[in-house]
Amino acid sequence: MWDWAFTLEILPALARAAVITVEVTILGFLIALTLGLALAVCRIALPWTRLPISLLVELIRSTPLLIQIFFLYFVGPSFGLTLDAMTTGVLAVGVHYATYCSEVYRAGFESVPRGQWEASVALNLGRATTLRDVIIPQAIPPVVPALGNYLVALFKETPLLSAIAVLELMQTAKIIGSQTFRYTEPITLVGLFFLAMSLVSAWAIRRVEAGINRRYRR
Amino acid sequence: MSEPPMVSFENVTKRYGSLTVLDGLNLTISRGEKVAIIGPSGSGKTTVLRMLMTLETIDGGVIRVEGEPLTHTERQGRLVPANLAHIRKVRAKIGMVFQSFNLFPHMTALHNCMEAPVKVLGLSRAEAEARAADLLEMVGLSNRRDYYPSQLSGGQQQRVAIARALAMRPRVMLFDEVTSALDPELVGEVLQVIRKLGEEHDLTMLMVTHQMGFAREFADRVCFFYEGRICEEGEPKAFFQNPQNERSRQFLRAVLEAG
Amino acid sequence: MGLRALAVLLTLTLATILYLSRLEDFRIFVPGLAQGALMTLRITAAAAVLAVLAAITAGLLKLYGPAPLRWLAVAYIEVFRGTSALVQLFWLYFVLPGFGITIEAYTAAVIGIGLNIGAYGAEVVRGAVVSVARGQWEATVALNMTRAQALRRIILPQAFAAMIPPWGNLLIELLKTTALVSMITLGDLAFRAQQMNQTTMKTAQIFTLVLLVYLAMSLTVTLGMRLLERRAARGILHARAA
Ligand SMILES: Nc1ncnc2c1ncn2[C@@H]1O[C@H](COP(=O)(O)OP(=O)(O)OP(=O)(O)O)[C@@H](O)[C@H]1O
Ligand SMILES: [Mg+2]
Repeated sequence: MWDWAFTLEILPALARAAVITVEVTILGFLIALTLGLALAVCRIALPWTRLPISLLVELIRSTPLLIQIFFLYFVGPSFGLTLDAMTTGVLAVGVHYATYCSEVYRAGFESVPRGQWEASVALNLGRATTLRDVIIPQAIPPVVPALGNYLVALFKETPLLSAIAVLELMQTAKIIGSQTFRYTEPITLVGLFFLAMSLVSAWAIRRVEAGINRRYRR
Repeated sequence: MSEPPMVSFENVTKRYGSLTVLDGLNLTISRGEKVAIIGPSGSGKTTVLRMLMTLETIDGGVIRVEGEPLTHTERQGRLVPANLAHIRKVRAKIGMVFQSFNLFPHMTALHNCMEAPVKVLGLSRAEAEARAADLLEMVGLSNRRDYYPSQLSGGQQQRVAIARALAMRPRVMLFDEVTSALDPELVGEVLQVIRKLGEEHDLTMLMVTHQMGFAREFADRVCFFYEGRICEEGEPKAFFQNPQNERSRQFLRAVLEAG
Repeated sequence: MGLRALAVLLTLTLATILYLSRLEDFRIFVPGLAQGALMTLRITAAAAVLAVLAAITAGLLKLYGPAPLRWLAVAYIEVFRGTSALVQLFWLYFVLPGFGITIEAYTAAVIGIGLNIGAYGAEVVRGAVVSVARGQWEATVALNMTRAQALRRIILPQAFAAMIPPWGNLLIELLKTTALVSMITLGDLAFRAQQMNQTTMKTAQIFTLVLLVYLAMSLTVTLGMRLLERRAARGILHARAA
């Protein structure tokens, strides 16, 4: 039922694929973090962007990531946007999670008391300075754990990239399966890898959360 | 031997970690007796009631209700922890009213009073409704029976809570500072209900209270708690006029000064 | 987004779908996509029922179950939250047969997605039950109710209101997750879209239409949950104040 020799044989290929999975996760999350912050700041700084941004966020959050990946991959070229599979995947995942992150940032901004804005006005600080030096430093730390949870969520969605043949873990497992007609070991190993990473991340997030609570006590 | 006391605490101990909250407490309450428990904050008054209601575990000693151990059973002359069925059987004789009411917010006053009689005592809905309606009338809330707790004032909520506890026909009623969460002008209506209950001679009552005037006029006995022990107890008149213990005197002086 | 804004957006989305589906370029896709949408809805509904049942069972067992069942619930929650939904689907569909258990793609889809979302839902149930004031439990003890009676009659009804908003989000996640079943050969919306994409190459039209259909479904779910939330709030309005 379980073949240890076969397991050892496929381990190197899966390890190489795990590197791709981690790469996609990190790059995608960097996009999510920065684009998400940009969206959240835009909504505050430029009130007229509020409606278009919330429509965009609603659209992206309400539709499956898989379809968005296809959209970018297959429809992009007809708008002159031809990307390789890996770039498409990173971009799609990043933009998808940027909408989640922007909501998290927004909650962070809303948790900063109004008095902070008012004090900044009283000190005659500009809007940009207020945002950068007063509001953002207070808004971000409390939401770090929530962002961390989305990092894990994003990580767990990377197998979707197998749909456009990015050679990450799931795709590699599928290829091994179709070549050897043995799915048990590769897919179980992929599952165990995700489980281990998720448990470790959950533990790390709890530690960070405890640290932040101690420091910022809200 | 005469009939056993309604409630007895025998050498009861309660600890939270290293903090001993009750230290070998002995207290005997006879049928129909009205006992007021007073004492400074943190002296263990609430803990006494909560242990009798089985809301807290017991770390040493035994509590008996009509001679029967509350959370223990006797096996070959030794006391061993009892199972839940036994606890529920003994606990059925006890009712409690909380400082914060704890009414069920998703049920009307009437349904608050019907829920347990139907589910626990197995009354028919008609019987339970009749009983609940009687009790709501007794506490003066007949015209509020279909109101939800949030639509009632604090005093009204507390009167519903009293009716709800009585609907289970307990032999012993526990009151833990039942007027402390109320606005001053609402205290009277609740005390009035308790007074009315007191006229029913069979009901045994234990009340933790900061209302010294009420304790004095209503109780048969006052127990003054200090650091987990009964420091002084006695008839209210004697106790309030001429406290024997230095601690009781200090406490009474402080309370009277505060008004 | 407010209720009214949601309703407007849903109407606009539906109107756009209707308008597009009459255009020459789009018309050929309508029958195929309609079939796909039906499959998506079927899986969503069945998986949602399973998810709710699994969530309540696992959430309560994690809180109050006897030791072995409690561990089982924790293991279920951690495994299904810790591994990816797609991996779970593949495991059910491709690996289980290796252990002598072969299930249809549809069954695998419902079980996989239902249990996946159910694991997240279990934490929602647990959180909502724990958030009910401690005094409510104490009152049930004072009234000599059993734990089961207390849960069923007193605690769960109050927890219910707190559960609706997070369940709204979870149901959207569930709907989105159903797109993965296309990868185990089920003919849902995503599957039909890819299929027709290969045969007609009218890529932009197909995927635009499909995105809009998913959007309409999500908005409907959100709207429904908001209405439910409002009704529950009215019923338990009294709960918050007390
Ligand atoms: N759950 C608990 N964990 C730890 N300590 C507790 C707990 N409950 C009560 N205590 C402690 O036990 C002691 C007695 O508490 P209790 O509530 O019985 O006091 P009390 O006499 O009712 O006071 P008050 O007049 O303020 O209500 C206090 O020191 C309290 O801090
Ligand atoms: Mg107290």
